[in-house]
Amino acid sequence: MVCIPGMVASGGHENPGGPMSVRHSLLALLEEGPMYGYQLRAEFERRTGGTWPLNVGQVYSTLARLERDGLVEARGDDGEGHRMYAATPAGTAAVGEWFATPVARSQPARDELAIKLAVAVTVPGVDVGAMIQQQRSATMTALQEYTRLKARAAVDDPAELAWTLVLDSLVFAAESEIRWLDHCETRLRRAEIDRARRTPSSSVEPSSSVEPSSSVEPVETPGGAR
Amino acid sequence: MNAAGTAVLRLDDVHRVHGQAATEVQALRGVSLAVYPGELVAVMGPSGSGKSTLLTIAGGLDSPTSGTVCVEGRDLGGLDRAGRARLRRTSVGYVFQDFNLVPALTAAENAALPLELDGVRARAARGAALAALGELGIEELADRFPDQMSGGQQQRVAIARAVVGERRLVLADEPTGALDSETGEEVLRMLRARCDAGTAAVMVTHEARHAAWADRVVFLRDGVVVDESSPLPPTALLEPSLR
Ligand SMILES: Nc1ncnc2c1ncn2[C@@H]1O[C@H](COP(=O)(O)OP(=O)(O)O)[C@@H](O)[C@H]1O
Ligand SMILES: [Mg+2]
Repeated sequence: MVCIPGMVASGGHENPGGPMSVRHSLLALLEEGPMYGYQLRAEFERRTGGTWPLNVGQVYSTLARLERDGLVEARGDDGEGHRMYAATPAGTAAVGEWFATPVARSQPARDELAIKLAVAVTVPGVDVGAMIQQQRSATMTALQEYTRLKARAAVDDPAELAWTLVLDSLVFAAESEIRWLDHCETRLRRAEIDRARRTPSSSVEPSSSVEPSSSVEPVETPGGAR
Repeated sequence: MNAAGTAVLRLDDVHRVHGQAATEVQALRGVSLAVYPGELVAVMGPSGSGKSTLLTIAGGLDSPTSGTVCVEGRDLGGLDRAGRARLRRTSVGYVFQDFNLVPALTAAENAALPLELDGVRARAARGAALAALGELGIEELADRFPDQMSGGQQQRVAIARAVVGERRLVLADEPTGALDSETGEEVLRMLRARCDAGTAAVMVTHEARHAAWADRVVFLRDGVVVDESSPLPPTALLEPSLR
């Protein structure tokens, strides 16, 4: 099982998918037929590539709650001492409802990077430019890793296909984080140029907070883009 | 990667100033970069940061104001015009955003063109062109004209033209800029495969998802390399605790 190192460091993944999606995912997997805890965990991870590792205790406690709520029932033992579980009709209905309902985007997930940047921009003496670059580089490293894993995956197996879709989701998130960082950098540089223009006194030493080089001239020279 | 081998491309403290005095633009300010066989290096940066200047200097189409550029161990500064032109034809392949195929020539003829310009006989040049198209998995396009191909197909032919013969260095300026995301990704897979087979390539791109196919990503800001990112060694993929 391949584990993905360093989820994009935006903090939004601490509780990936939340317990609800684990509960529903396990229930949905039982639609394929009765399974025991270790099997369920393996099937979950086959589809998500170990992106969100589950421990088997979590699987059994989830099964216990699903049983209490009448969504799964125990089916005895498979002959080798494994306690088997199957979905009840109420469980199957709950799965149908889960698939039919969009995932809520209620509150923005607590995004450590956005919070960090918002604070850094206002606290004096922080080299925001360096912070942005460091983050961009780290996120790019993660993106390179996802891409290498994707390049290796064989898409003719449905579980591998499922896992490359999870990888794609990570690729899109990392890519959008990099675009957002580019955007922040452009806006901060522009703000700095405007500030320098408003204080025409030659004593203005541009703070190094946004840009590593010394230039205060407009960044995007006309004709520079090709 | 291959740090012990000889760099296919080496830039040492390269500066490039465009214009003079009041209109002076410092397009590159002390850029050093080495690219080894089998490496794909992506260059990212805002527009005007010097990416195209870097590529044209690397390929000998433009000369640095100071600093040195070596391709396969030869210092471009030590070559005369004819020598540089010859090196460009034999060692360096270019790929542009707008494909730049000759409309009146078929895919095979386009791919053969650099060799023919270099004096290789037509038959041998065609043979090498077909081999390049074949290696890239697009031999079926050989007899099509550019207007009979999609953008993605044209770009793949342009890559065949860039690697035809024994050329070891490919320079690509926004090769996916005119393609949709999916087609762009196919072009990147192809470039990646060429590099895995030993070619060295430098590619400029805005798109992080395309840069992510590279072994290294170099970030340019105002003519300066501000950072590089490269993936972790493979062991780290299996050992999350290393992070
Ligand atoms: N031939 C030229 N004459 C004058 N200035 C140039 C010329 N080519 C590029 N520049 C300037 O050099 C800088 C870098 O340009 P370029 O390498 O094209 O950047 P990029 O490809 O990253 O957009 C820009 O400020 C651009 O305006
Ligand atoms: Mg350019």
